Amino acid sequence: MVHVTRGFTGRHPATDDRLPPGQYLTDDFPVLSAGPTPAIRRDEWTFSVRDGDQALRSWTWDEFTALPAEDITVDIHCVTRWSRLDTTWRGVAIDDLLADVDTAAEYVLARSYGGYTTNLPLEDLLDGKAWIAYEHDGDDLPAEHGGPARLLVPHLYLWKSAKWIKSLDLVDDDDPGFWESLGYHDYGDPWREQRYQGD
Amino acid sequence: MTGSRAETATAHTLSLRVDEWSGHLPGQHVDVRLTAPDGYQAVRSYSLAAPADDCVIEITVQRLPGGEVSAFLTDIAMIGDELEVRGPLGNWFVWDQDDPSPVLLVAGGSGVVPLMSMIRARDEADIQTPFHLIHSVRTPQDRIYGDELTRLAAQAGGPSVTWLYTRTAPPTETRPPGRLRQNDLDDGSSRTSGATPTCFICGPTGFVEEAANHLLAAGHHADRIRTERFGGR
Ligand SMILES: Cc1cc2nc3c(=O)[nH]c(=O)nc-3n(C[C@H](O)[C@H](O)[C@H](O)COP(=O)(O)OP(=O)(O)OC[C@H]3O[C@@H](n4cnc5c(N)ncnc54)[C@H](O)[C@@H]3O)c2cc1C
Repeated sequence: MVHVTRGFTGRHPATDDRLPPGQYLTDDFPVLSAGPTPAIRRDEWTFSVRDGDQALRSWTWDEFTALPAEDITVDIHCVTRWSRLDTTWRGVAIDDLLADVDTAAEYVLARSYGGYTTNLPLEDLLDGKAWIAYEHDGDDLPAEHGGPARLLVPHLYLWKSAKWIKSLDLVDDDDPGFWESLGYHDYGDPWREQRYQGD
Repeated sequence: MTGSRAETATAHTLSLRVDEWSGHLPGQHVDVRLTAPDGYQAVRSYSLAAPADDCVIEITVQRLPGGEVSAFLTDIAMIGDELEVRGPLGNWFVWDQDDPSPVLLVAGGSGVVPLMSMIRARDEADIQTPFHLIHSVRTPQDRIYGDELTRLAAQAGGPSVTWLYTRTAPPTETRPPGRLRQNDLDDGSSRTSGATPTCFICGPTGFVEEAANHLLAAGHHADRIRTERFGGR
């Protein structure tokens, strides 16, 4: 039930039909994370695809950035209600990273340097829907936005696009990640306003 | 809304009576939703400022010039008005009363609100865990909860409190006004020495980023630093 607030008229900021419900447009790129920004050196960075405890594939920075990359232009939506349209990135499609991986797993747990995790259905990372991005706006991805590299899953709230990505773990069960175990929604579709558990 | 009192010229504490409230943890927040007659809605997060008093909760709102929601809550909302509130939310930026580790609290501006909730919870529960609050404010007049913090700090076993002034400092202050510096936090670290403190940093995004980097440089461990970014710069 909608309850009208006495005296509130609102500013009605400009909207756009690309803006999911409850979001506002910004040109800023606000930074949100649970703790300080990890500083990960590129010569120490590795990224792997793992099945349980076992690394199926693993790349160093040089190996990873030698992979075929794509330029990506997408809208992004943060659960804290800001959205940005037409953000530009460069990175490697998850389809390419998983091309010769044969798995029955249906879920992925993304793991980050610093210990952050987030869970996603595997199919949400495939068919051109997700990338490991290492450039933003034509520049190296800054540490506060997840550099050296982050997951990019623009069709879900941005907490799913794990910063400082370290591995994608293929898993059979959909166990909640960091924010998901702290009350956030398991899936996080901005168009259905799946912010918190129970939405 | 059952109460509104000014904390400073620009910050107001609102008391809200909610139908059912089963309590919350110090550091949690609520989402407040306002609806215009034409159905337009705006939602913002506000930290809970104190432990709940039965079904009455408190938030403290800092008015931002031209702020859509903060200016409404501080200037237009009146006792008797109904607001929609969702919560408690956020299970990460919370202080665990049973954790005996000392606590270092670092606030910029209204970022003191969830930290005050921790200080008040500690006081209510009569817990002696060492607490040190560093609050960065523009001028002495911008000290939200200034009198209460001064009173608590003067009590035996109370928290220690340091204010840092960015624009105008009181005449007794030796530190020249200015933004947060590395050695402002070194002092805070030494006061909780002996055991590794849990650190809570809260305020505008840029402030939090800077404070977190200073704490890392001072040797604090990333996994003992929790941050809450209020937005803005
Ligand atoms: C978890 C959480 C807890 C919060 N708790 C509190 C609280 O206890 N008390 C409180 O006063 N606020 C708190 N905030 C901030 C609050 O949610 C709003 O962002 C703030 O009140 C501004 O909303 P507005 O509608 O008035 O301004 P808007 O109309 O949204 O914005 C006005 C302008 O100010 C900028 N801005 C927005 N927020 C800030 C900020 N915090 N500092 C500097 N500039 C800003 C915007 O970018 C914009 O340019 C909290 C935010 C979060 C995420």
